Amino acid sequence: MTSLANHQPLTTNHCLIRIWAVLLRHLYLYPKSASRIMEIFYWPVLDLLVWGFLTLYIVQHPNGISRFSGYLLGAMIFWDMLFRSQQAISISFLEEVWSRNLLNLFTSPLKPIEFLLATMTLSFVKLLTAGAVTVFLAWAFFSFNLFKMGTYLFPFVLNLVAMGWAVGIVTTAIILRYGERAEVMAWGLALLIQPFAAVFYPVSVLPWFLKPVALALPATYIFEGMREVLMAGNLNPKQIWIPTLLNGFYLFMAFLFFKMMFQSARIHGRLTKLGE
Amino acid sequence: MADLIVRVQDLTKKFENTVAVDNISLEIGSGEIVGLLGPNGAGKTTLIHMLLGILLPSQGSIQIFGLDLASHREEILAHANFSSAYVMMPMSLSPWQNLNVFAKLYNIPHSGEKIEWALKKMEIWDLKDRATRGLSSGQISRLNLAKAILNDPELLLLDEPTASMDPDIADKTRRILKEIQKEHRMTILYTSHNMAEVETMAERVFFLNKGKIVAEGSPKELQNKFNQGTLEEVFLKIART
Repeated sequence: MTSLANHQPLTTNHCLIRIWAVLLRHLYLYPKSASRIMEIFYWPVLDLLVWGFLTLYIVQHPNGISRFSGYLLGAMIFWDMLFRSQQAISISFLEEVWSRNLLNLFTSPLKPIEFLLATMTLSFVKLLTAGAVTVFLAWAFFSFNLFKMGTYLFPFVLNLVAMGWAVGIVTTAIILRYGERAEVMAWGLALLIQPFAAVFYPVSVLPWFLKPVALALPATYIFEGMREVLMAGNLNPKQIWIPTLLNGFYLFMAFLFFKMMFQSARIHGRLTKLGE
Repeated sequence: MADLIVRVQDLTKKFENTVAVDNISLEIGSGEIVGLLGPNGAGKTTLIHMLLGILLPSQGSIQIFGLDLASHREEILAHANFSSAYVMMPMSLSPWQNLNVFAKLYNIPHSGEKIEWALKKMEIWDLKDRATRGLSSGQISRLNLAKAILNDPELLLLDEPTASMDPDIADKTRRILKEIQKEHRMTILYTSHNMAEVETMAERVFFLNKGKIVAEGSPKELQNKFNQGTLEEVFLKIART
């Protein structure tokens, strides 16, 4: 039998080498992965923008703090609706990738559009369930009644869900194109919109060059509309029809983009690589 | 040849600078069991993926059941099915739940009875309510096969279906597949690296190498043609030339 008696004892040096080995295993990933490099900067920059613009709004309107607290919870609940409806679509797709079930699904008569419609329905059901709980908790613990928005609530929620769907479909299409490298999109793409969608502060706070970006987002009109309703009790109808039109356009483009990426995945064999 | 089920003409698949399938033409008749053999990277799986429509050919055409795959994909897939040792099912669902999802996807009437039939055929009925993650790899392969026979497919494409099974279970599975094939006059095209399995199962074999069909015939014909005693020796001769 071999004896370990003559072997050199393990030193701190060995320990450092093993730490370096694990570190190296992760560092190897970065030069080849733009998404990983981007991720290092992505979250801090987004957080900085959201909280920076919010601070700016508070500084510019020192007397508006009480109004601000009145709609902060509404903004959070609404934002969560958009974010969750996007996530439900992308995560449903990723779950098929993770469980290596994608080939089973797409070798059945299932059409890609049917897959998307199923994930959209799932997202709506999840959202209604989660929404009911958060709305109740906001009322029970913080006396915030989302139903103060009356009949406006219905088009507001539908528009947020529709925008979440569009972002979710685009995210899924990007994952189809770039594979699991783009998984971070499932968590991050909707958040990219947050600083510009006037979630916690009005569009007027944004610098001039970002205003066109904000006005191109359907969610901006909903968050502006929500503040208008909560503060004034009424709403300019354009806060409903502009996002509805924009959402119709974006959803159409998202479906088209997904179709293109699905076709491209079938040409380049990405569907089989993702599914195996 | 009996009624044509699969007709492939001048099929080519290029990936950037690689030609995975190179100008292949083949025909498979109704009720045939055809083996697709070849070394790794020969183009077997690429061909199966093209027959399933999840990979588009660079050139050539595929007709299945007399229909063009490019324009009738969903109709064709409703009457075909697929199983691979490398494809899984959601692990947190039970075998019964997984098959119920596929029964809906294939629009199978009386799905409950059909699921019971498929699970019993594959001898995993007693595992129907257990989470799939609790199954062994051989049991998961049989679950995949249960999915593959669920819609009584007229065409069954199998990519190394017995790869993760022990010899006993693999033998049982082959017998079950042959039995079902006879009952339903199913056409089966499958790949395997197990030459003995191919000899037992396939009436006709296509040998692929570097994307081309280099030999075709019954296992016996191929042994005679290449002057070798077994299909394995034929395989080695072709792979090493």
